[in-house]
Formats: sequence, structure tokens, C-alpha cells
Amino acid sequence: MVLVYIDQADQQIKKASLEALSYGAALAKEIGCASEALVFGTVKDPLADLGKFGAQKVHQLKNETLNSLDVKVHSTLIATVAKNLNATVVVFAHNINGKAIAPAVSVKLGAGIVTGACSLPNTQNGFVVRKTVFSGKAFANIKMETPIKVIAINQNSFGLVEYNSAATIVEIKLDIPPASIKITKVEKIEGEIPLTEANLVVSGGRGLKGPENWGILLDLAKALGAATACSRPVSDTDWRPHHEHVGQTGIQIAPNLYIAIGISGAIQHLAGVNRSKTIVVINKDPEAPFFKAADYGVVGDAFEVVPKLTAAVLKAKAAN
Amino acid sequence: MKILVCISKTPDTTAKIAFIEGNTKFDESGVQWIINPYDEWYALVRAIELKEKDPATIIHLVTVGGVDAESIIRKALALGGDEAIRIDSTSNDSFTIADQIAQVAKEGVYDLILTGKETIDYNSACIGSMLSALLDLPFISLADHFELNGNTATVKREIESGVETCEVTLPVIVSCQKGMAEQRIPNMRGIMAARTKPLKIVAPAVSSATTNISQFDLPPSKSGVKLIDPENMDELVKLLKEEAKVI
Repeated sequence: MVLVYIDQADQQIKKASLEALSYGAALAKEIGCASEALVFGTVKDPLADLGKFGAQKVHQLKNETLNSLDVKVHSTLIATVAKNLNATVVVFAHNINGKAIAPAVSVKLGAGIVTGACSLPNTQNGFVVRKTVFSGKAFANIKMETPIKVIAINQNSFGLVEYNSAATIVEIKLDIPPASIKITKVEKIEGEIPLTEANLVVSGGRGLKGPENWGILLDLAKALGAATACSRPVSDTDWRPHHEHVGQTGIQIAPNLYIAIGISGAIQHLAGVNRSKTIVVINKDPEAPFFKAADYGVVGDAFEVVPKLTAAVLKAKAAN
Repeated sequence: MKILVCISKTPDTTAKIAFIEGNTKFDESGVQWIINPYDEWYALVRAIELKEKDPATIIHLVTVGGVDAESIIRKALALGGDEAIRIDSTSNDSFTIADQIAQVAKEGVYDLILTGKETIDYNSACIGSMLSALLDLPFISLADHFELNGNTATVKREIESGVETCEVTLPVIVSCQKGMAEQRIPNMRGIMAARTKPLKIVAPAVSSATTNISQFDLPPSKSGVKLIDPENMDELVKLLKEEAKVI
């Protein structure tokens, strides 16, 4: 059986987990077994809907102390459930929570693990999982040698696959181990689209000359419904918060559309964004290396081009 | 207070990524090696800052690697730290690496184990979490703030929807990211001192790999950029809608 851990934030199921579930269901089909989901805490979303993404059963451990992450507690419980259900593959989203928990679960299950997986395993000759390495500059095909396997899949790498079915919900009872950490304060980032989940991303670099000029970028992002990002020099100089930094030493993203404004395209930056489906580069320097990695390029002054692009986006939206 | 900082050797961020031997091995020719940036800038420097506040603090560095990892560990010692341990294994299986470090951690009895959030070569982000399972210790990932108050640490970590502050009783394992410490460069005194700091070489414990890399490949290159007239943004919007189908 393939067991998919469904992660939540603020009692809501994350899109990354639905993608992991789609992946788990496809894998279960390939190896000929059931795909089931595991949910911790008091989630507000209707769990039967997880059937839409391929879960036949949803196992729920309903305890509100599990709404926030405690790696020691979560990994112990997930490993126990996986053992009880005889899961052969446990799938996670390779997001903040999945990255923290999955490796500990793999140790507890004596399982091999591949994190950052980006396609279904090749089961023709063993069990080989493809993952991104060198921060997106290359791929490695990893042969998993253990009977039980743990896979954490990259966000936006598999997509959502919908089915027309509902899942049955099974409530599980387990003793919750004592908390290993105490959460004393939560600061939420409100109203922003999380970068790793965004389909559209608008990103700015030093070419914008200063934080006071970010308005044109924010207007474009708003018109598109896009998340905002930036290059490393921009976050290093505190023009933008560091959680917006994409690149080799920031976060790596794979949106459908990445618009780079005033970013030259250093190799470290490209590493973080080169898995984007479509890349648009706006730069006044026609020699900017980023153009080589782009699908569409605009050679021009960002301060003139970007407002025009925003207007064109709004015009196209109004015409719909 | 005894801190263990996990150090990994990685190719420089500008290194050309290529493979040899039928794409089964990373091409190391001409590659400059560095301390994994997250290990150096955030984990190691935060440990050094803690030692500056409390000079009784002992910092040990650990790396899993061959002889060629020694220049990296010496560079780390030049930044700070009292002694280093190199576990003589060239495995790239996360479990094997974590298992080796866990042996060292058990013997050393540390109050705090710091790692970078991930390495920039294999990007697995596994070691901290695996150590937590192997040593049965709490693990806080993606920390950007760490303060000590006696036996209790206050740590800020990134969560899906923002930032959380946690309190934890030592010992604990923490993975570090940007914000944790200010990047520094080694000074001459540090470089001289590093030459004589103890570097212990430990034979690897028996641990069987759970995964093996069978082959690498590179992403296909882009077919070429389509240039759009900066005066005609309607055209770009049309292409994004109808050709790329992304908006």
C-alpha cells in the first residue's frame, strides 16, 4: 500500500499534499496496490474530498495538538501508522513540513528515502526515483534498495490529477507522545501567496535600483495574481524580505510562469528557477545571461516596460 | 555547553555541473570546493557567536568525507571551533552519513547539534531530521534565530504560513538558514590557529547504504528566446495566453 502523508497549515490542506496524493495514487496504480492518505490534527477541509486526488481511504488521527509541527512526535506517529498498515511506500510533499519529517520517518521505518523527487519511480529494473540535484542544475536517478521506501516529491513537479470518487474516512486512535518543543508565538504572513505554491511568480533584481521602485513589480503581480520573489543581492541589502529570495542559496521554485525583472541571471539565480515552465526576462542589457534561459525576452527599461505589461494584462483580463 | 556543527564539502556555487563515466559520476575536474554555504554562514557562525558570549562553550566540527575534505574542515576551523572530526567515508547516501554522524554525536554527548538547512549539491535536507530519529532528540528545522537561556533554547523557525517561535530543552538538533548569523571571513589569526587545532580521523562504522545513485543527467537546454518589442506588451500577453498557456 502507498501511504501519503497529508500536511496541513492552519487546519487547511496544502496544495503540495494534494500533489503528493496524486503522485501516490499514480504510483499505487503502477505497482498494483491501494493508495491511502494519512491526516493529522483537526483539519477543516472535508476529508472525503481527498478521494478526488486518488485516496481510497483517509486515516485520520484527530488531535488538535498535532496541528503544529513537532518532528519527534509526528515522525513517531507516522512511522507507527505506516507499520500498522503495512505501507510499502510513504509519500510526502517536499515542502517545509515534509522536509522536516520525512527523513526521520525513513529512519524509523528502516526505509531508504529520496527527497526532492520529480517524477514517478521507474520500476522496470528495481525502483529508481529521479530527483533534482545541484539546486536544479541537474537530475540524479536514485536506486532505492530497501523493501520500504519514503519519497518526498518536489512541489509543482507532478501536478494534480483528479478522479471522480470520494474516500472513506477511518479514524485512528493512538497515544500521542509527549511534545518535544513548546510553541510560544506564531507570526503569520497574511495575504501573500506562498512562493513555493505559486503558479505565477514576478521577481525583481538590482535592475530595479531600490526598494522604493518595487511598486511597478507589485502592480504587475497583483494584476496577474502572482507571488513576488527577488534575487539574492536584493534580499541581502534588505530591499525585500529574505523569504522572497529565490536561487541556489534561497528557495527553489518551479512555477508555470516566472517573470524576471532587472535580474541579470547569474548561474546561482538560474539554479533556483530553471524548472519554471515558462520564463520571461525583462532587462535593458541585451547581453544579460538570463536571456539564454528565457522563453520570452523583452530588451528594454523595466520602468517603462513593466507598467505597459501590467496594463496589457489588465486589458486582456477585462476583455475576458 | 558543547556544540557539534555538521560540515559538508560542496562544489562552489559557480561550478560547472557535468558528469563523467557514463553520467554516473560528478566531474570534479577544475571544481573549486567550498564549505556548504548553509553549514558555514549560518550553523558554524552561530556556534561561534554562542562561544563568543560564553567562552566555556566547546565547538566540535564533524564532516563525512575523504582526505580531500580536510582543506574544507581546516577552513571551517579557521573561522572558529575547537576541534574537528573527519569520518573517513565517501558515501553519498543520506542515511549512511547521518548514521556515521550519530555515532560521533553519541560519543561526544553534545547539548546542541547544528546543521545547514540542506547541502547545495544533493539538496536532500535529510541529516538533521535523520539525526533526530537516530538520537531520539527534538529537531527544529529551518531556524533563522537561536538564543540560549541556560538549558532552554528559544528558536524561530519558518513554517508554511509564517514564522513560529519555539522553546526547547537541550539537547536539540537545529537546521539553520539565512538570518541565523552574519556571514564572516576567516582572519589571519584564525587561519594560523586552525593549522594546529586537532583534526581527528575516525574510521566509518558499518552502515549499509539504502540508496545508490545510478545515473545523472542535465536538463534539456531552452530552444531559444523569443524577443518581444518593448512597445508591444499586448503581444507578450497574447503569447503567454495562447502559446505558453500559462496565464
